[in-house]
Amino acid sequence: MKKQWIAGLAVSASAAMILTSCSTTPSSGGSSGQPGDNPETITVYGAPTGDEQAQWEASWAAYAKANGLNIEYTGDLDFSTNISTKIQGNATPDIALFPQPGLMKAAIATGKVQPLDDATAATVKQNFTQDWQSNGTVDGKQYAVPITAAAKGYIWYSPSQFAQWGVTVPKTWDELVKLTATIRSKTNKPVWCAGFGAGDASGWPGTDQIAEYVLSSAGPATYDKWVAGDVKFTDKPIADAFSALGQILLNPDYVNAGFGDVASINSTKFSDVAVPLASGECALTNQATFLEAFFVNTKTAAGTTPTVAPDGDVWAFMMPPVGGKVSVMGGGDFAAAFSDRPAVAKFMNYLASGDHANSLITVPGATFITANQAVDVSKEADPLLADAIKTLKDPNTTFRFGAGDSMPAVVQQAFWKGTIDWINGTDQATALAQVQAAWADV
Amino acid sequence: MSRLTSVAGSTRAIRATHKTLSSPWATAGAIVIAALWTLPTFGLFLSSFRPAEDITTSGWWTFFAHPRVTLDNYAATLTATSGITVPQALINSLTITIPGALIPITVALLAAYALAWIDFPGRHLLFVAIFAMQIVPLQMLLVPLLRLYTGGLTVGGVAIFPGFAANSMSDGFAQVWLTHTMSALPLAIFMLHNSLSAIPTEIMEAARIDGAGHGRILRSIALPLAMPTVASYAIFQFLWVWNDLLVSTIFTTGKNAPVTKILADLAGMYGQQWHLLTAGTFLAIIVPLIVFFALQRFFVRGLLAGSTKG
Repeated sequence: MKKQWIAGLAVSASAAMILTSCSTTPSSGGSSGQPGDNPETITVYGAPTGDEQAQWEASWAAYAKANGLNIEYTGDLDFSTNISTKIQGNATPDIALFPQPGLMKAAIATGKVQPLDDATAATVKQNFTQDWQSNGTVDGKQYAVPITAAAKGYIWYSPSQFAQWGVTVPKTWDELVKLTATIRSKTNKPVWCAGFGAGDASGWPGTDQIAEYVLSSAGPATYDKWVAGDVKFTDKPIADAFSALGQILLNPDYVNAGFGDVASINSTKFSDVAVPLASGECALTNQATFLEAFFVNTKTAAGTTPTVAPDGDVWAFMMPPVGGKVSVMGGGDFAAAFSDRPAVAKFMNYLASGDHANSLITVPGATFITANQAVDVSKEADPLLADAIKTLKDPNTTFRFGAGDSMPAVVQQAFWKGTIDWINGTDQATALAQVQAAWADV
Repeated sequence: MSRLTSVAGSTRAIRATHKTLSSPWATAGAIVIAALWTLPTFGLFLSSFRPAEDITTSGWWTFFAHPRVTLDNYAATLTATSGITVPQALINSLTITIPGALIPITVALLAAYALAWIDFPGRHLLFVAIFAMQIVPLQMLLVPLLRLYTGGLTVGGVAIFPGFAANSMSDGFAQVWLTHTMSALPLAIFMLHNSLSAIPTEIMEAARIDGAGHGRILRSIALPLAMPTVASYAIFQFLWVWNDLLVSTIFTTGKNAPVTKILADLAGMYGQQWHLLTAGTFLAIIVPLIVFFALQRFFVRGLLAGSTKG
C-alpha cells in the first residue's frame, strides 16, 4: 500500500513538472527582445567569472541604471570552445566579449556578427590607435570594440632587495643579462624563477617570452611575417630569441629559484612564481601585469602580505628593449554584437567611449587596463597599471598581440610543446624544426 | 531431478564464493582499495579546513605536522559570487535536477510498459532503435538542440515546435530539462523494459481478466514490481544531472547556473581563488549524499535486479 502511494506521488509529481515546463515556454518566449518590455534585457557572454565577473558587471552598472537596461552577463571559463557551439546553434548572445582577436575573426567569418553602426565605428576610430582598430576590421568594415588590454613582458622584482644589492633597473636587454650575473655573484643562488605550467595550455608563459624578444629585437614587420607563417621558426630572428632566452632559462646557475632545477620550470604553475618572489627567494620573474592578483595569498619573509609599489615589497618594470623602440606584447578583450537592436548598438557605443574606460579602471579591486585614448590615467590609483596604460596610450609604442594567440591553433599548440621540450633539454634546432612542421597541418 | 542437482550445485558455488570473498586476505585487500580510493577525497576534506595560504603553499599531508584549522573557506564560499552565490546555485541545481530526473523516468516508464506489454507491430524494431540511440554522444547533440530550441522546428511549412525564444540566453530551465531527458531516455527505457518484461505473464493476464486497463495495470502492478529499478535509475540519473557541467554550461544563463558551474567559476580566470573549491566541493556533495543514503536499499536491489532471476 505504501509503495503504491510513493509510486502515485512520483507519477503525479513528474506530471506536474512537465506541465510547469510547458507553461514556462510561452512566457520565456515572450519576454525577450520585445520593445516596450521594462527593462530591456541585453545578454552579454564572456570568459571572466567569479571576482572578474563582478568587476565587469560593476564597470557598466551605472550605464545600465541610467538607461533602464537589464544587462545580463553570463561568464564561462570555456568561452573559447562554447562560443562556436552557440554560433553554430544560432543561440548567440546580444554581445560577446572575445578574449583574443583570432577567435573573433573566426566568428566574424560566419557572417553572424553585426558590423558597428556609424556612430560606434567613429568612436572606435577616435579612441583607438590603428594597431587596435585593425584587429576588429574585416574587409574594411569595423566589427569590434576593443575594451580592456593586458600588457605582458613585465619583469617582477623586489625594490628593497635591489637597494640592498646596490643594483638598478636595467635599460637594455644586455644590462638585464649583466644584472642577472651580478645578483648571482652576490647571492650565490638561482636568480630567476619561471613557471610554464598551465594545464592543457602549458608552455604559454614561455612562448610569450620568446615572442616579446622577437618583437623587441626583430621589430613589428618581422613579427607580423612570423605570425603569418612567412618567417619560419627555424629562421634567424626566432632562433636568436631562443638562444638569448636560453642564456637565462637553460642556465642552472640562474634558474629556478625557489623550485629546483631547469626542468622544474615546466612543472611549476605559471602563477606559483608569486610565492618565492614575495618571500625573496626569487629575485626576478617575467610575467604579465595580472601576476599582481596572486600576491594576495602570499607572504613576505617577514610574514606579511606583500605591498605592490615602486618602494614596496614587489614591483615590476617592462622587459627592457633589445632594439631601440618600446614595444608591448599583450592581449585584450573585444566586444562584438550579434544583435542590431538599437539598445545593443547604443551600449556598444558606450563600451567604446572614454566614459566606460574611466569606469573600468576605477572599479574597486580590479586590475583592468585599457588602450582607450580617451581614458583619464589620473583616475588609476595603482601606479603599475597607470604606467601600463600610459605606455599603451603612447602613439610611439608598438603593440602586438601574443604571437601564439594570433597563429593557427595547431601551430600555437606546437609552439607551446616545442618550448616545453626545449626546457626539458631537446636540442634547440630539433625543437624549432618540430614546431615549424606544424604549419604543414594548417 | 536434474533441476535439483543444479540448484544444489549453485548453492555450493555460492558458498565457495562466499568463503573466498570473506577470507582475511580478501578483506584486507578490500580495505586497502577502499583506503586508496578515499585518500584523495580525505585530502580534499582536510584541505577545506586549512587556511588559504597553507593550501596554496603546502600539501594536505603537512596538516598533521602543523595543524591549523579554520572555517574561513566555507564562510568565503558561501558568500562568494560569480553572478550568483553558492546557496542560490544549490537551489538552481535542485531546480534542474529534480525535474531532470523525474521527467525521463516518467516518460521511460510509459514507453517501457508499452514496449513490453502492448503488442503493436514493429515494437521490437523500435526497442532496438531506441537502445541504439545510446551510441550518439551528448556532444554531438549540442548544436542541433540549440538550433531546435532557438529556431523551432518547421516541416514542410508547418510549424511543429515554435522554439523557446529568439534568444536562448534569456531562457529558463526548460532547455536543460529537455536535454537531460533526451540524453537519459535510451538507457532508462532499456533498464525499465528489462525490469517490466520480467513480470510473469500470468499476473498481467489475471489483472486483465479482472477488468484492469493498461493505466490501472501500470499503476497497481507494473510500477510497484519495478520499483527497485525505478529507484536505482532515479539515483543514477539524479547524480548524473547533479554532476553535469557541459549541458548546464551550454543551455543555462548566468542566473540559472547550477552549483557545478559556479564552483568552476569561483576559482577565477587565472585560478587564483582555487582554495575555495575545497570547501565548495563538500557543500555540493551534501545533496547527492542525502539522496544516495535515502535510496541505497533500492540501489543494491536494483543493481541485482534480473541477475538472480528464478
